[in-house]
Amino acid sequence: MTLKLILSMGLIAYSTFSVAETVFVSLEKDNAIAVVDPIAGKLLKTVEIGQRPRGIALSPDQSNLYIATSDDDTVLVVDSTSLKIKSTLPAGEDPETFAINSTGTKMYVSNEDDNQVTVIDLASSKVVQTVGVGVEPEGIAVSPNNEWIVSASETTNMVHWIDAKTLEIKANTLVDPRPRALSFTADGKQLWVTSEMNSSTMIIDVASKAIIHTIQFAIPAVGQEKIQPVGVVIDALQNWAYVALGPANRVAVINAKSYEVEKYLLVGARVWNLAFSPNQERLYTTNGVSHDISIIDTQAHKVTKSIAVGRYPWGLVVKK
Amino acid sequence: MSSSSQFMRFFLLLCSFAWSQGSISAPTQEIKIAYLSQEQKVPAALSNLEEFIQNKGLQGALLGLSDNNTTGQFTGQNYHLKTKIVAVDGDVKQAFLNLVQEGFALIVVNLPAQLLNEVHLLNKGQALLFDVATRTDSFRQQSCLNDVLHLLPSRAMRADALAQYMRKKRWNKWFLVKGNTAEDELFAQAIKRSAKKFAMKIVDEKTWLHTYDARRTAQSDVPVFTQVSDYDVLVVADEQGLFGEYISYRSWLPRPVIGTQGLHATAWHKTHEQWGAVQIQNRFKALANRQMLEEDYAAYLALRSIGEAVTRTRDISILAIKKFLLSDRFKLQGYKGKPLSFRAWNGQLRQPVLLAAPTSLVAVPPLDGYLHPKNELDTLGFDEPEVHCQ
Repeated sequence: MTLKLILSMGLIAYSTFSVAETVFVSLEKDNAIAVVDPIAGKLLKTVEIGQRPRGIALSPDQSNLYIATSDDDTVLVVDSTSLKIKSTLPAGEDPETFAINSTGTKMYVSNEDDNQVTVIDLASSKVVQTVGVGVEPEGIAVSPNNEWIVSASETTNMVHWIDAKTLEIKANTLVDPRPRALSFTADGKQLWVTSEMNSSTMIIDVASKAIIHTIQFAIPAVGQEKIQPVGVVIDALQNWAYVALGPANRVAVINAKSYEVEKYLLVGARVWNLAFSPNQERLYTTNGVSHDISIIDTQAHKVTKSIAVGRYPWGLVVKK
Repeated sequence: MSSSSQFMRFFLLLCSFAWSQGSISAPTQEIKIAYLSQEQKVPAALSNLEEFIQNKGLQGALLGLSDNNTTGQFTGQNYHLKTKIVAVDGDVKQAFLNLVQEGFALIVVNLPAQLLNEVHLLNKGQALLFDVATRTDSFRQQSCLNDVLHLLPSRAMRADALAQYMRKKRWNKWFLVKGNTAEDELFAQAIKRSAKKFAMKIVDEKTWLHTYDARRTAQSDVPVFTQVSDYDVLVVADEQGLFGEYISYRSWLPRPVIGTQGLHATAWHKTHEQWGAVQIQNRFKALANRQMLEEDYAAYLALRSIGEAVTRTRDISILAIKKFLLSDRFKLQGYKGKPLSFRAWNGQLRQPVLLAAPTSLVAVPPLDGYLHPKNELDTLGFDEPEVHCQ
């Protein structure tokens, strides 16, 4: 009796936390994903998943979790509740990052070693086409209206604009050296692109495909070569943008209207990728070298907590 | 690999590039680059099992060409590489003059120091040369070569990288052991300069003479040879690798070996995998069927430097390319975590130097804490005030 009671209380407690939100973190060197309750500040469990998991995303209906296991040359489809692997997608060689359109019908995967983007139909799990892009494609995103797929190639130093209907490259924007991540604003009018080697973030006008502003990061007492921007996100209201600065161990808080950097928030070591909580009141960061995630309060712009998650946290996604 | 199959591969690369030239129409620019080298006699080596690799560097140039052309398909720029490898007894100077006459103004030169100097004297500003072979300090300090960019770290940069590490480990007392070749002497001088620069002490110095005696074996000789007053670390200068490998585990005192063997300083290493390096290691292996060496890395960077200049400026004159490469705008991604650029005062490529043991990467100087007012990469090698070029 008592045991049953304790167990059911435990279940209630667990479900209360999981109702809020759950953060899934890919752990590059643990070959696993970490499941975190960010409100309680707890690592709930670690689930072995496959070799060298990096890119991670949810389907629009949140039922499926997609995880690129780079060294297995596949993207896994995982049930986001049971965390059981449902199927695998033919993602081409060494998939690292990928993007899904807003209707959840197509996935676009960067294949770094083959200089191409693989397009997968998610209903049939079949490759529709591959699109040749520049050397070492990495960052990839789909515009909110599903018109454009943008792919950033790290060695060619370009953003390639792929027409989602014809799957042809329609334009190329030359950007600062070693572009890493890119993110559209919610209104679809701007594309923000980070450059690791130039310590900068460029804002591209989607209509003209031209760079309209470049933000150059500089932090007192931190060497310029340590400032290596990677992940970038912009809030839905387009008030604030956040850029993870890699080995500078900081997240830049940028006024998304004036493009001024308001603050640099100290997080964990080698901060890499970023994700908002569903209501955007919190921002989560993966800190690769310190093996934890940080939580940023997006109202106060303060770091409130860090949670140890496992070896080399790479990407993260938040489920309601 | 025979040179015919290399040409075939090059030809195929060009074909595949032409094929993938898509629908984007822009005025096309043709960029002609030459690669000049000379066949080498197989040198003496410690182990006959260690295979001698002929034409180190060429495969790196081909990979750089391929990467440039992948980018070129979006910018309407075609890169062509003419490879000229002169026979062992051939006339390198004539080959160089022929290339210049054929209109090549961008020439990747993979030649030893003496020949590079001779070729540079013939050049008279006609071509921009990319030196992918020498580590000669004098070319970077007293007698700089006009219109020559150096892609590999100089001996001074290598010695400084080792010294930063030894200082950090507090291995303050060095025992310097050098071979009897001119190159070994140059590296020993670089080590002495670094010892002074980082306030370290060379407590003893000896030359390995390669004398013949039936009683001399590595087992018996190294312990006797290394009986000197106490030291923290043994620094070996043996660039050709004729005796340095004998020293580890056989020295009289149990001390680490560092320098040209043991922990050594190099521009590239097979164990390097950070900062996207895995990607280029994989691409190189797929192309060349072997690991990438530092000469390949240098030639790759030479091609990529040209590519960056041409992509960014859209101007293919050597004046424009040279001006861009020596400017602050040039920031090359070199898979070593920091943007690479050229020192305007001597044409040396600024770069982190890898400190590697045979199967592990140990450190990547410049190390944290070695500060510089402008660029921490300039804590390695000759900084602007030290250079006395005419």
